Amino acid sequence: MVKQRLVSALATGLVAMVLAVSPLQAAEPIKIGTFLAVTGPASFLGDPELKTLQMYVDIVNADGGVLGREVELVHYDSGANPQKAVDFAKRLIQRDRVDVIVGGSASGETLAVIPEVEKAGIPFISLAGSIKIVEPVKKWVFKTPHTDRMAAAKIYEDMKARGISKVALISGDGGFDKSGRQQSLELAPEYGISIVADETYGNKDTDMTTQLTKIRATDAEAILNFGFGTGPAIVTKNVRQLGIDLPVYQSHGVASKKFIELAGDAANGVRLPAAALLVADKLPDSDPQKDVLLAYKNTYEAVHGPVSTFGGHAYDGLFIAIEAIARAGGTDKAKVRTEIENTSGFIGTGGVFNMGPDDHLGLDLDAFKMLEIQNGDWTLVN
Amino acid sequence: MFDQILQFLITGVTVGSTYALVGLGFAIIYNASGVVNFAQGEFVMIGAMSAVSLLAVGMPYPVALFGAVMITTGIGMALQKFAIEPARGATVISTIIITIGAAIFLRGAALLIWGKDIHALPSFSGEEPISIGSATMLPQNLWVMGITALMVLVVRFFFDRTLMGKAILACASNVTAAQLMGINVRMMLLFSYGLAAFLGAVAGVLLAPIAFTSYDAGIMVGLKGFSAAILGGMGNPMGAVAGGLLLGVLESLGAGLISSGYKNAIAFTIILLVLIFRPSGLFGRKASDRV
Repeated sequence: MVKQRLVSALATGLVAMVLAVSPLQAAEPIKIGTFLAVTGPASFLGDPELKTLQMYVDIVNADGGVLGREVELVHYDSGANPQKAVDFAKRLIQRDRVDVIVGGSASGETLAVIPEVEKAGIPFISLAGSIKIVEPVKKWVFKTPHTDRMAAAKIYEDMKARGISKVALISGDGGFDKSGRQQSLELAPEYGISIVADETYGNKDTDMTTQLTKIRATDAEAILNFGFGTGPAIVTKNVRQLGIDLPVYQSHGVASKKFIELAGDAANGVRLPAAALLVADKLPDSDPQKDVLLAYKNTYEAVHGPVSTFGGHAYDGLFIAIEAIARAGGTDKAKVRTEIENTSGFIGTGGVFNMGPDDHLGLDLDAFKMLEIQNGDWTLVN
Repeated sequence: MFDQILQFLITGVTVGSTYALVGLGFAIIYNASGVVNFAQGEFVMIGAMSAVSLLAVGMPYPVALFGAVMITTGIGMALQKFAIEPARGATVISTIIITIGAAIFLRGAALLIWGKDIHALPSFSGEEPISIGSATMLPQNLWVMGITALMVLVVRFFFDRTLMGKAILACASNVTAAQLMGINVRMMLLFSYGLAAFLGAVAGVLLAPIAFTSYDAGIMVGLKGFSAAILGGMGNPMGAVAGGLLLGVLESLGAGLISSGYKNAIAFTIILLVLIFRPSGLFGRKASDRV
């Protein structure tokens, strides 16, 4: 901890020194506004996002800024409260007069500020998960994180490749679980998959053998568990306890080492889709994302400790905005918006972004890697 | 179908015995003071979390478990000493509100000390499932049931056969009269909070290998234990145990035979029906005020 602080103090000191001698102050700064859930229930999203933004704004300025202008970050802590987020968005637009907004940790706060952003006509890149943010497409609104729908699609793709067509679905009762369940049900027919069981559990439940016993009695060929927290680990252990010999699929909600630790040996053979950032060092050198991922991971971990995909979403949002401003040759809002929409081949931590007038996310299924857990570690499938 | 129902019943009994153990803790403090202690779930969480920490600093597993239970017992007594006792003379309702505050405080302290991470304890004796016909259970489930049964017997013996147990019951029925009979009421209350925390911590370390623990794990466990206690009849330790087992089996059968989405709704509807027809619970003494 002390060492970390020292490194962070040194880094800030260095940046400050570079800033002191750079001639950036001359021109009007480019203002990037953000509101993030740095405290409160969604702080696990907002905290790494803010750290990422601050760190990279400093790095960009140390490298000479954008178009010879300094980049300034204006930040407010929304605590994931939609009402506060709306107030802060108004303040960013009217008082701080920012050029672009990159923020919104949670889906609720993002959806709440969309009317303000659309009214004011300011480019807004959200860092939240819900597919509703970009579907239907809104003129000024973009986002960088992959969606639950893509996770479900990735899983079904893998199931199809293994010849699985009958799936038993089991999910928790939280927001993430419900959305995942919804997307899984909707998407199944597209992949020729039939859902033969649709069980749920409470996220604080301690035993799911009842639901799994029902699943055992069906002709399911695989079990798909959409969940977050302790639920998926208990499901995985219960599957083994009941001696059910079916492939188990988990969602990206458990893409952390914690899941492997909790489920123990039962986790062996479990497959899940995960953002490439988690397995950056396992990717083949030919992977276009590998360099970007390792650079982000090393930069972040040198100062703040283990990376999370959430900070990565902020990295992607910041640089999509900065590159668009550079291409637009200034901060004219309409031009910047068009350039963000024209983003193509941008290699970020979440995948390779190719946006367009009808796609304000721009990721395809390659953004997810299919992993299999073997002996307490992830291995890449394929 | 029969195979399935057998598994539902076994699941129900294993889950129910954890509810029973938590419900037992509620019953003890209620017996001593007529107060429902809403920090009971937090005792469960603190027991498990302390065991995780003691294990992490390198203590042997049995020592860590014992240490965790003792730490929690100490916290239970401290709660009585520093939060409940200064408010003596307060009404039962005020005291219940104090316990709600204490629960929030303990949860917050746990968040600061242990963070938001989920933790697990190793199983006491392996993870190889035990088969009963086509149904299965874990060795840890047997530990839960066995120790619950043992605790129930000890508590029953304590209240029925020992002078101290009877003294605690006397405090609940009439504090002034108990004091006049030479019972040290303060001591009895201190002891019953310690005992309740002890039982909570035992439930915590038994449950953590199956269901894990985190700073907020006490809320749901506490709620289910409370439901078990009122279903069986508040203040009757045997009732709390019966209520816990019944609640577990109802949930499991409801989820298995009807719908897992309505699992809690089914169980709580039945509890409501029971309370409408028997307001003092299945095995509760009828409350009667002498005039």
